[in-house]
Amino acid sequence: MSAWTDMGGYGAFVWPAYGVTVLALAVAVALTLRSYRRAKDRLAKLEKT
Amino acid sequence: MADMFALANPKRFMDASAKFLPWLALSAGAALAAGLVLGFLAPPDYQQGTTVKIMFLHVPAAWTAMMAYGLMALASIFSLIWRHPLADVAAKTAAPLGALFTALGLITGSLWGRPMWGTYWVWDARLTSFLILLFLYLGYIALWSAIEDETRAARAAAILALVGAVNLPIIEFSVNWHTLHQGESILRADGPQIASVFLWPLGLTALGYTLLFLALWTVRIRTEILERRTRTLMLAEPQ
Repeated sequence: MSAWTDMGGYGAFVWPAYGVTVLALAVAVALTLRSYRRAKDRLAKLEKT
Repeated sequence: MADMFALANPKRFMDASAKFLPWLALSAGAALAAGLVLGFLAPPDYQQGTTVKIMFLHVPAAWTAMMAYGLMALASIFSLIWRHPLADVAAKTAAPLGALFTALGLITGSLWGRPMWGTYWVWDARLTSFLILLFLYLGYIALWSAIEDETRAARAAAILALVGAVNLPIIEFSVNWHTLHQGESILRADGPQIASVFLWPLGLTALGYTLLFLALWTVRIRTEILERRTRTLMLAEPQ
């Protein structure tokens, strides 16, 4: 386990690189889908009236 | 060419993208998952140790950042010459995604540079031109929001995107100028100079990043089309 976190001494660089990437991409996907849903709802409401 | 213009119709784009988007998203997820798993299982490099795992994040992010700019510039040409509204939408929505991948390329690059070169950053041609790519994206986004009239904003932004495209070949070739950055190792005349145990995860993550960008871009274009339709409707019948 510690070999896994330690990454041969480079854990302090490898893990943050993966952490930042996964977090940023997940946020980008979430925000993109949220604004799509909002746009869709707004238009649907407008077309109903 | 005729097909391209057919797809450039917003209505047709909505219909077509609704069909291909699920497949795009699915294949993006599959390629990313496979690439990251293979990347984690890959043995340490004999020179770089485990930091070679950062390559599977850094190279695809940098590649996608440049590809996104190329596509944004291409859409800008269509916007300037044919004044097509969907080309404006395509260029506008590519920029925030391009900026994101550029930032990821810079961050993962500096986390790789510190253990391998002994520094997070150097002001050499490769790194500086890549930082300029981020500023071009941010300037492009700022320009869009600074000009209220949509048509004028689209024209000004398209011109900025095309002027900034000069930076792409500079990034590409600066790797051979005085730099700490390692040289080209994949697209070489004498074939890839990289072990297949690294080439596979790199190829898969690069494919995954490319498909993820295309999927997110498609959703953002769809969003912008819906928002423009909403605005038109609200102008047509004021409450």
